[in-house]
Amino acid sequence: MIRVVLPAHLKTLTHVSGEVELEVTGPVCQRTVLDALEARYPVLVGTIRDPATQRRRPFIRFFACEQDLSHATPDEPLPRDVETGREVFFVIGAMAGG
Amino acid sequence: MSSVRILVGTRKGAFILTADGSRKDWHVEGPLFAGWEVYHLKGSPLDPNRIFASQSTGWFGQLIQRSDDGGATWEPVGNQFAYDGVPGTHQWYDGTAHPWEFARVWHLEPSLTDPDTVFAGVEDAALFRTTDAGASWHELAGLRTHETGSQWQPGAGGMCLHTIIQSPVNPARIVVAISAAGAFRTDDGGATWKPINRGLNSEGIADADAEVGHCVHHVTMHPSRPDVLYMQKHWDIMRSNDAGDSWFEVSGDLPTDFGFVIDVHAHEPETIYVVPITSDSVHFPLDGRLRVYRSRTGGNEWEPLTAGLPQRDCYVNVLRDAMAVDTLEDCGIYFGTTGGQVYASANGGDTWDAIVHDLPAVLSVEVQTLA
Repeated sequence: MIRVVLPAHLKTLTHVSGEVELEVTGPVCQRTVLDALEARYPVLVGTIRDPATQRRRPFIRFFACEQDLSHATPDEPLPRDVETGREVFFVIGAMAGG
Repeated sequence: MSSVRILVGTRKGAFILTADGSRKDWHVEGPLFAGWEVYHLKGSPLDPNRIFASQSTGWFGQLIQRSDDGGATWEPVGNQFAYDGVPGTHQWYDGTAHPWEFARVWHLEPSLTDPDTVFAGVEDAALFRTTDAGASWHELAGLRTHETGSQWQPGAGGMCLHTIIQSPVNPARIVVAISAAGAFRTDDGGATWKPINRGLNSEGIADADAEVGHCVHHVTMHPSRPDVLYMQKHWDIMRSNDAGDSWFEVSGDLPTDFGFVIDVHAHEPETIYVVPITSDSVHFPLDGRLRVYRSRTGGNEWEPLTAGLPQRDCYVNVLRDAMAVDTLEDCGIYFGTTGGQVYASANGGDTWDAIVHDLPAVLSVEVQTLA
């Protein structure tokens, strides 16, 4: 079970108040987690990554296990503690603007 | 009894203001989509309870929302705006070639003939259309791929397609305007386009009367006179009597002819409204006095309308999509400011009242007149 926390605006869009729990089959990486997330909540398509290029949007960050994983490649395995559900995968709206 | 519903897009959400036909007591609903920029909302002329909204942020991109109950509830619909084919390049601010990149939807224009069809004007400039009530969007690529497209350059606000005017008598005719490329018209439903900028003269570009490159801020039309177009250009109020084939200046005796909005009275096709702004480098009203100017002669002769508007210490702007009119017998005029006020006049501009004072900066105002 993968645990994901969304930023406030995306919680509003998805009507989620706490964590999202996802089943991911196969390797656990950004791509498969985001695929599962978008499959559960189609409204998120385009809000976290560009729908055409699949690149992370510029002001989105991915944190887990006190690490900034934003610059990891989409297919790089996520930490074992994320895979096992011990740690949360955070989708963050980067600090910017007012 | 008739009523009016004002759809207000702001930097931090949308608001819906409603009143009965007297337009005295207003109910304010919102913010909808709180925290998001809402560049534009507009209702279908065929089904007023169907409203589309453009919701975006720099963080999370573009969403389109649709309501089928007059704004009480909303549903996200399709948000994929993919340019047709390999998009190519336009000019960047420094003159280099820059790839076309989708940024946001500036303007939504529901069809006059089909409640499931809506046009969307986007940045970087292109025209999209849905025919399934927003589920999917497809580019009318003949505009962007016009032979001049590679010469188009963004204005300071981005290279946005901000104005979409459908002819009420010829469904194949659409006029659009792009900052800073100019105005364009199709007469074949969007397959092919031609620049319609003859007569425009822009000191801010190297060739002042070039075919494209003009910073058109807004264009409006009265439905009873589809060949008469009024334009607020960067500088200059312009008029065309031939659907844009040629333009002539009607700034006349305005104290300054820089500005963003322009609109036309619902029942008097020669009565038009602008809000003069000091200059291209000073985006607030001249002398700190907020004045709407009205011409009852289709331009050239203008009168200031000040009753109820602040006449000192006012330094707001009125953006290009932030003026609209209702169609009640005594035509109502509405505009929103970057200071968060929405002003209404229930008598064609003679007197004004602020419906709200403290919204986020207003990006757009649309009005629905309801039976």
